[in-house]
Amino acid sequence: MTTEPQRIIEIMGRAVPLREDNVDTDRITPAVALMEPTFDNMAAYLFRDARKSDPRHPLNDPKYQGATLLVVGKNFGSGSSRESAPQAITRAGFRALIGESFAEIFAGNCNVLGIPAVVASHEAIALLFAAAERRPETLYRLNLETKTLTFEADGGMQRLAIDLAEPRRVALLSGSWNSLAMLQANEARVRQVAAALPYMNEFR
Amino acid sequence: MSHGTLYDKVWERHKVATLPTGQDQIFIGLHLIHEVTSPAAFGMLREEGRHVAFPQRTFATTDHIIPTTSARRPFADPQAEGLLAVLEESVAANGIEFFGLDSGSQGIVHVIGPELGLSQPGMTIACGDSHTSTHGAFGAIAMGIGTTQIRHVLETQTLALDRLKVRRLDVNGELRPGVTAKDVILAIINRLGVGGGKGYAYEYGGSAVERMDMEARLTLCNMSIEGGALNGYVNPDEVTFAYLRGRRYAPRGAAFERAVAYWRSVASDSTATYDDRVRFDAAILEPMVTWGINPGQSVGVTQRLPEIAALAEEERRGAEAAYRHMKLRPGDPILGTPIDVAFIGSCTNGRITDLRAAAAVFKGRKVAAGVTVLVVPGSQAVNRQAEEEGLPEVFRAAGAEWRGPGCSMCLGMNPDKLVGEQICASSSNRNFIGRQGSPRGRTLLMSPAMAAAAAVTGKITDVRTLEREPS
Ligand code: SF4
Repeated sequence: MTTEPQRIIEIMGRAVPLREDNVDTDRITPAVALMEPTFDNMAAYLFRDARKSDPRHPLNDPKYQGATLLVVGKNFGSGSSRESAPQAITRAGFRALIGESFAEIFAGNCNVLGIPAVVASHEAIALLFAAAERRPETLYRLNLETKTLTFEADGGMQRLAIDLAEPRRVALLSGSWNSLAMLQANEARVRQVAAALPYMNEFR
Repeated sequence: MSHGTLYDKVWERHKVATLPTGQDQIFIGLHLIHEVTSPAAFGMLREEGRHVAFPQRTFATTDHIIPTTSARRPFADPQAEGLLAVLEESVAANGIEFFGLDSGSQGIVHVIGPELGLSQPGMTIACGDSHTSTHGAFGAIAMGIGTTQIRHVLETQTLALDRLKVRRLDVNGELRPGVTAKDVILAIINRLGVGGGKGYAYEYGGSAVERMDMEARLTLCNMSIEGGALNGYVNPDEVTFAYLRGRRYAPRGAAFERAVAYWRSVASDSTATYDDRVRFDAAILEPMVTWGINPGQSVGVTQRLPEIAALAEEERRGAEAAYRHMKLRPGDPILGTPIDVAFIGSCTNGRITDLRAAAAVFKGRKVAAGVTVLVVPGSQAVNRQAEEEGLPEVFRAAGAEWRGPGCSMCLGMNPDKLVGEQICASSSNRNFIGRQGSPRGRTLLMSPAMAAAAAVTGKITDVRTLEREPS
């Protein structure tokens, strides 16, 4: 772990479209991935079963090699709390996700790993799916400060509004996304809160 | 914003600080761990030379990887053995209590927390497992977390969290015979959607919930996360207190009485305000069965599978994918759908009342030809209780396999897996593609009695009709 906070402001790159709602974390990293005691090899498990059974899966498509953005649908990352899912995504080279919505635990896991999981409107996502499918070489610029996604399409610049819960945006921009240091800073206060809880004193 | 709810009260009591990002730092009263998601967290701790801040508030067990035919060590699977070995070393090195295989108290983490009396009202409870929402049945804020967050709890006993909104779900009226908490939660998810609970804690109440015993409430809260809600809870009441009295980690004597006073005080006020309120009529519910690849895709057992055109536009694509995977047809009745396997167990429905309900169906009947049936107790304690009641004999006489405690066929991390395209009537909580260990496997979620009814008839059957015509 680095001790220098890494501020995440802007991400640039090409995008892979994953056109499906309710993609659960069992699909992102199947159970076999969880048999590994560390996250080191997670990239190999990213959508492993789906990629095997569907040769036309976008992640099998050489056109999207080297993409750094993942465009997804609604309720992405539902189900299991497994951190292997965002770990696989980031270790496979993705730096951010743009979707219609994200499941709660998955979004929290992305946040502590410094992966922006930003939302955009249904229409904006539809536009992105179409753009990424038609012209895989399109470069996108995701900016957390201005909350925009810009890219070139049909000869002009497209500018879409994106959003992210404010605390998460602040955490990414300030480099405090792995909240450990912030949590450690309040140690004395933690002891106080604990001491005031009846069950911490066996209800004496 | 909600006000005066259990969620608000417990949040305030556990709040350490507002962090510079705007999130709240929340003290975690009970931390549960298992062999799958915590080894990497201990690895991070070791690398940095850190220690566990409140080792007496973390409890460990092992569940996901346990082979249910024989839990003899070392396991045949070296990866499974490796995960458990890392957990064993980690808990020993950090002074964490461990309910291991030889403890007599091992089991699925969400089964043992309640039965040991560890999970209590008014607590914050975290575990590296999404079904931690289960423990909300006691009136706690209980949530699943990732591995980096496990590390945060280990090192600081706190988490950086976003305060949720609170949605009150009133389930009023009387459930008809044969309709269970599992059916209630499947119906709720069907109506509100698998993402419908995003940003909310679910408070379950109303006369039907008040009448439920603790085990039914655990089933209800267990699947909150399948509806997208990070937490689900029931306000503590006499049922809760009676359940906790005398449990190993529950307070005793005069302390118990003082505890009850505290527990009562954290329940939602009658004047509480909620961010949202949804009402359900218990009396119209029937046994539910899922037909798709997420827990929201379900129908009442007497219903037909939805036509694509009848679904909301945004659900159509997903339904088409579900029908393709499940090899089921829109418009067909769910009744009569043939099954290959039945699985009765898991943190949703692997407790003693679940096994009793299944046994009542198996008694005097035989498993249908060609169907494999696994009955798996949720813990060693459930196992002992079932043995005392003679349930294993009932299962075996019917031709079902009675296994040792663990997660078993709920997920593909142990030898209990579907094969190929097998279709399984399951009392577990997830019908995701590949969930039961085969990428082409198919899962139909239902209550334990419904899974047993499917087992003895070889197809989806309304358990209520079965009870009227014993074979
Ligand atoms: S029984 Fe299933 S859902 Fe429950 S903890 Fe085990 S694997 Fe997870």
